[in-house]
Amino acid sequence: MQADISFKELKKLAKGQQPELPAFKLSVLGDFSTQHFVTCLIGSARLARIDLDVFEADYDQIEMQIIDSHSELYAHCADAVLIAQCTEKLYQKFVRVPELERIGFAESATKEIVGRWEVLADRTNSSVIQLTFAYENDRVFGSYGLSEPSSFTFQLQKLNFLLSEAAAANKHVFLVDVNAVKGGFERSQFRDDRVFYIAKMPFSLNALPALASEVVQVIRALRGQVAKCVVLDLDNTLWGGVIGDDGLEGIQIGELGNGPAFAALQTWLKELRRRGILLAVCSKNDEKAAKEPFEKHADMALRLDDFVMFVANWDNKASNIKMIQETLNIGFDSMVFVDDNPFERHQVKTMIPSMVVPELPDDPAERLGFLQGLDLFETTSYSTADSARTEQYQVAAKRTATVTAYDSYEEYLDALEMRAEAAAFDEFHYPRIAQLTQRSNQFNLRTVRYTEDQVERVANSPDHVTRYYTLEDKFGDYGLISVVVMDKREGDVLFVSEWLMSCRVLKRTMEEFIINDLVRVARANGARTLVGEYIATPKNSMVADVYARMGFEEREDGFHLDVEAYSAKNTSVKRKESGK
Amino acid sequence: MTNEEIYQALDEVFQDEFDDETIHVEAGTTADDIEDWDSLAHIDLIMAIEDRFGMKFTMGEVTGMKDVGEMVGIIQERMQ
Repeated sequence: MQADISFKELKKLAKGQQPELPAFKLSVLGDFSTQHFVTCLIGSARLARIDLDVFEADYDQIEMQIIDSHSELYAHCADAVLIAQCTEKLYQKFVRVPELERIGFAESATKEIVGRWEVLADRTNSSVIQLTFAYENDRVFGSYGLSEPSSFTFQLQKLNFLLSEAAAANKHVFLVDVNAVKGGFERSQFRDDRVFYIAKMPFSLNALPALASEVVQVIRALRGQVAKCVVLDLDNTLWGGVIGDDGLEGIQIGELGNGPAFAALQTWLKELRRRGILLAVCSKNDEKAAKEPFEKHADMALRLDDFVMFVANWDNKASNIKMIQETLNIGFDSMVFVDDNPFERHQVKTMIPSMVVPELPDDPAERLGFLQGLDLFETTSYSTADSARTEQYQVAAKRTATVTAYDSYEEYLDALEMRAEAAAFDEFHYPRIAQLTQRSNQFNLRTVRYTEDQVERVANSPDHVTRYYTLEDKFGDYGLISVVVMDKREGDVLFVSEWLMSCRVLKRTMEEFIINDLVRVARANGARTLVGEYIATPKNSMVADVYARMGFEEREDGFHLDVEAYSAKNTSVKRKESGK
Repeated sequence: MTNEEIYQALDEVFQDEFDDETIHVEAGTTADDIEDWDSLAHIDLIMAIEDRFGMKFTMGEVTGMKDVGEMVGIIQERMQ
């Protein structure tokens, strides 16, 4: 999310080195002049606190760089390869195609593009970021072009659609919705014809920051920087007016006054909730009064069960939000605060600088468009299990409520009747596994992010051993909550190159269950030593000592566990026998 | 705007563009006189100048102008 920033400002930000920021290696291949675009990417990434290490290919070298296995592209070993193609170049190709063959243009262009994605998948571990094609109607057929298969208009739309389908099937590819960006501009602001004719740059300098920002949002998502929760004010944010003063009949939602604007916002938030984003209320209100509209008002799209937490009191919001964050156990930087009141926003932003706090427009009618334009909810994976996330958090709250009823914590754990599955990665779980690697920051030993296709690769690799774990208890099903990847190394060693776990299942002896399982698997694979490593990040200090606690011996090159001498640790988690 | 005012404003744009406060342009100044003034910088410069003076150069003018003097001439024309 970036405020309106100019090319000039991004250019300044892009100067010099910023080695203290985390690095991300990007290769840029374009069929237009990419220098200014790259400048904007670097500047925009710095705003997002990422230092881009860019290899920029020469003009129009996409094919060459990808085909030549000794090219600078492959030498750069980027985390992601950005393929930047423009509609203008596409049009130049289109007009050279004989009329009778034009109806096949989109398909052959798609084949060419997908072919390159496949070569990159074969030769690298990089993700691919592909710009979609800016929509242009050359007006040779006018609107009629939309229904005439031999027109450029028809083929261009088809191409973007075919790319969507192809990206759905190629999990290492992430499309950038150029037309979503373009839609925010007048034509003359998005494209400067002179600059294209003179310098082969099809975008106006005005539009480059917005385009760069969109790409950086995708990069952030690839790095696991995803938004997970929206914290919402109530009065004049979710409805017009103040519930305490105006009462149920006076607040504006539905057809009354500004109602439609608030209704639209609520509907959108509900869609986010369905997608798996958590919603929490943080309102300065009497709790009973605050809940009334959700319980009784017919025009509210959001209902009480759409929220994982409902905090309504007279405390300051920053404290309440800190409490929400602690309960949900997610990073502040994955939380978005939506409040119409600039004083509240300022207080929260000052006390919690890493939280995302959009400066909402004063006019409620403008807010939804504004929030959508910020593109806050970019992601690189999705599974239908996500929509159950709110329910899972609500069930978790029920669990914590029963702890106090037991004499010992161990008794409590046993009474939970926890059962876990342990198995090697399988295709059904690839999306959820990838997603967990992208989202987990706290219980994460080496913070290695995987895209779905990288998960598939390691699952099928003879040099690796993979495990995933699910957990359920008598209250409900947590789903897949831990992932382990081990590399086979010389000397009968299995090196744990990734171990992460969802924060929702901490302190339940799941760690012990997992180590017991890893030892079992190690023995089955003829390994004699398990080696673990802890790579410190600002977020994962909680696992600095986990290997030591599990009985590993700390040595210079990591934590070692003698598999043969190991005796199983006590755990309240029982094995569910559908694992393998 | 007087000629002097235009050159003063241009100085600001050039200094900002090339990050060099010592730059002072005159009628005879060309791209050869400023080290980083390549074709990319030329685009940036043109856009910054258009922004500053609220006018637009045609494509022919952008590629055709020989020196700053010509540029100023066009700016004066447009601003009337």
